[in-house]
Amino acid sequence: MSELLKVENLSVSFLSYAGEVRAVRDVSFHVDARETLALVGESGCGKTVTSKSIMRLLGRTTGVIQPGSHIYYKGEDILAMDKKRLSQIRGSEISMIFQDSMTSLNPTMTVGAQITENIRTHARVSRADALRRAEELLRMVEIPNPHERLRNYPHQLSGGMRQRAMIAIALAMDPSLLIADEPTTALDVTIQAQLLDLLRGLKDRLGMSIILVTHDLGIVSDFADRVQVMYAGRIVERGTVEEIFQNPRHPYTWALLRSIPGMAPDRKSRLYSLHGTPPDLLLPLEHCPFAARCEYCMPICKKQPPAETVLSDTHGAACWLLHPNAPRVEIPRGIGGVNRD
Amino acid sequence: MLKFTLKRLGYMLVVLFIVVTITFFLVHSIPGDPITAMVQDLPEETRTVYLARYGFDQPLGVQYVRFIKACLCGNLGESLRYPGRKVIDIVRNYAPVSGVIGGLSLAIGFTIGILCGILAALNRNKWPDKLIMVIAILGTTIPTFVTAAVLQYLLTVTWPIFPTTGWGQAKHIVLPVLCMCVGPVATYARYMRSSVLDTVNQDYILTAEAKGVSQFRIVTRHIFRNSFLPCITMICSSIAGIFSGSFIIESIFAIPGLGKYFISAINDRDYSVVLGLNIIFTGIYILAMLLCDILMALTDPRIRYSNDR
Amino acid sequence: MSQIKKNPPSDAFAPGDFEIVGADTAQSERFARRPVTYWGDALRRFRQNKLAVAAFFLLLLITIMTIAVPMLSPYDYAKQDLKVRKQWPSADHWFGTDDLGRDLFTRVWQGGRVSIAIGVLGALIVAAVGCVYGGIAAYFGGWVDMLMMRIVEILSSVPNLLVIIMMSIILDSSSIPTLLLAMTITGWCPVARLVRSQMLQISRSEYVMAARVMGVPPLQIVLRHMIPNTLSLIIVNITFRVPGFIFSEAFLSYVGLGVQPPNTSWGALASAGQANLLFYPYMMLFPSLFIALTMLCFTLMGDGLRDALDPKLRR
Repeated sequence: MSELLKVENLSVSFLSYAGEVRAVRDVSFHVDARETLALVGESGCGKTVTSKSIMRLLGRTTGVIQPGSHIYYKGEDILAMDKKRLSQIRGSEISMIFQDSMTSLNPTMTVGAQITENIRTHARVSRADALRRAEELLRMVEIPNPHERLRNYPHQLSGGMRQRAMIAIALAMDPSLLIADEPTTALDVTIQAQLLDLLRGLKDRLGMSIILVTHDLGIVSDFADRVQVMYAGRIVERGTVEEIFQNPRHPYTWALLRSIPGMAPDRKSRLYSLHGTPPDLLLPLEHCPFAARCEYCMPICKKQPPAETVLSDTHGAACWLLHPNAPRVEIPRGIGGVNRD
Repeated sequence: MLKFTLKRLGYMLVVLFIVVTITFFLVHSIPGDPITAMVQDLPEETRTVYLARYGFDQPLGVQYVRFIKACLCGNLGESLRYPGRKVIDIVRNYAPVSGVIGGLSLAIGFTIGILCGILAALNRNKWPDKLIMVIAILGTTIPTFVTAAVLQYLLTVTWPIFPTTGWGQAKHIVLPVLCMCVGPVATYARYMRSSVLDTVNQDYILTAEAKGVSQFRIVTRHIFRNSFLPCITMICSSIAGIFSGSFIIESIFAIPGLGKYFISAINDRDYSVVLGLNIIFTGIYILAMLLCDILMALTDPRIRYSNDR
Repeated sequence: MSQIKKNPPSDAFAPGDFEIVGADTAQSERFARRPVTYWGDALRRFRQNKLAVAAFFLLLLITIMTIAVPMLSPYDYAKQDLKVRKQWPSADHWFGTDDLGRDLFTRVWQGGRVSIAIGVLGALIVAAVGCVYGGIAAYFGGWVDMLMMRIVEILSSVPNLLVIIMMSIILDSSSIPTLLLAMTITGWCPVARLVRSQMLQISRSEYVMAARVMGVPPLQIVLRHMIPNTLSLIIVNITFRVPGFIFSEAFLSYVGLGVQPPNTSWGALASAGQANLLFYPYMMLFPSLFIALTMLCFTLMGDGLRDALDPKLRR
């Protein structure tokens, strides 16, 4: 498969009064055409910052992409683009949908106007044509009465409908890459499932790639092709869905998997919960970031950060447990493919 | 929408009635009668004649009913100091002058203020922002009579460009309008700046950026409208102030406006005029508030639709 | 991902490096940074704002001067001396004398006493009444709230300046207490609205809900959650209202409804000076300067306090 997006050595820092917060630390990955990549991790791990960096949307915050970072889209470095080229890419080649559709839609513009805005920014079409296209898009995202809905304001739609409208805006120009930042977090479970189904269908039909940013490993298994687990601004494990779910190798991935309700070994057992909080990103991390919370922590973990151990073409994890010197540790009962009951 | 307007209108009339009633009884609770308050050494017979002429010898209740009746007919009483001069005529003669000065200065001040506010917010913490904010803070903290006095001194005495006082020609308008602009410019610049800064941080601006919309279109289509909405409330109270807010400017520049007349009525203790003008000012104020509600409903879809339901 | 491209070879490690010791629960639960209290953080932010701090000290200085100068000055603020009428500033009379030969330096600071007292007291009265009124309305809710807020709505539909003018005429005396009464009689309405909406917002918040569910008594909820969370708002509000009162007093004095001679205020002094502006500009200059300076200080300090206390801006 061809490489659509390639992120190299991405580092992002935020300047706060207390010092430099290093939110993303030297992250590299790629996205192939027509594939879905999931970025998973708890809040504050840098997954949203990573996804916003791809579209250079950190401008209004104090976030600064550090020199040496590269984001290649079809071979062209997004971070080196001028404003004009960037606006051409945004919304037409790469689109983004956000978590909270209530605040992400302009309350004083109709849904129709917000969709046509995207169309007319990128293509020279008449208002009527743009509106026709917008109606088509609303039908595509399965909003009933699309014609009437065009004239509605965001507050007149339900949460699920608003998120669908967001998707319609994002897909207006047939983008090659859709970045979905926690698209279903604010919705209830049934709507969540409908929306993911819709996204999956659209992805197949339109042949685009998706970067799904989520904290919920549960929705990833039947949606994504590959998974990257992030922790404290770093990717700690990456692999295909099979590799991450069948043969996870990083204790943090184990912890995430054990926290999914359906994954518990038997129904009577308590749901696993990971103790502690992620490390303060202000501090320089001269050791494994997960060490303090890790059940398998070894002295080396507090001395030196682990490098990635490559396990297959697609699978890798940054953990000292994978070092030849380390004792062999079984994947905890209840997760992974080997000893799944 | 019509139902909403009618409802607000009805409510407004009730409020106006209550305010008129309270004002009436307050004015009439002043110890002594108005005639004595105005002229001390009046012969007893003359005093009685005057009291009877204005109905001040009647019980308070009767006076009140009569007053309300007169109000409903559009007759707001007449001057005690200058018999025969009706409040309604005073308004008719003097209000247009105040309206011209106030309206002009508000329009100019509002436009400049809003533009400055946007400019400041979009250049946050750079020199245009700092410059505008320094001017705006000075504008809100220096009292009007100081600005007016200084400008009058500089532009009529030191450099005699404009006439000191007077009314009737275009050149008479410049200085008063200039002085009255300062307040609105400063207030609106400050208000619009914080409103724009608020809007800029909203998620939907991020959405617009993600769509690839140009910076200019983001400002004009997304930021402006959403930051402008909160300013509407303010513009209505400013409109209400057009007629009453220029007391000081009108007296300094000797402009025959409603504000100046109001002040001299106060100094003359001409109660009926004060009462009448007070009702007029309050009426205008309430009307402006109503206008504001309607304007808000027209521009903000969230309010428009919650009223319909 | 690739912060280090390769792990070091196997023999580069100490013998005990690869023994599993497990999670250090105690350490991972501890916050890495020292927690900052709300007021501590607010103080730090306020101190960072140099302008606001400067304004604070300038105000302090002005206040001390208004107290000290009339006490220490060799001239009495009300004493007329027709031999030295309309003198320009000099070593004897630092700010000159007025048309009755009174020392303007003493009078400006005496006027400052009145102006600042009215400003501060007015803002405090308004805040106190507004808090109690708004608090009661929010606490009882229902028809009590409805009725109380309707009253506020009617009272605030009369322009504030008109109310002040009417009240000053009706009370027909221009002592400081009556002036304060005139200015505060409807002036508390905006504060009441503010306090009520803030209280309602807090009482609907999840943390108060949580406290209720846990059985915290209402009084404690009010003391622990409602008041501290409204307090910062009120402090900022008071700071912004002081200049408004100083300005209203100046306006009243200017129109002739304010403080009556021989007592004085900045507004009254400026008004008196305005008549002589063309020939004796210093008479207006000094009182106006102090009005503007004081208003400026309160505005800057208010801006600083708002930025320091507004929890929404905290990071």
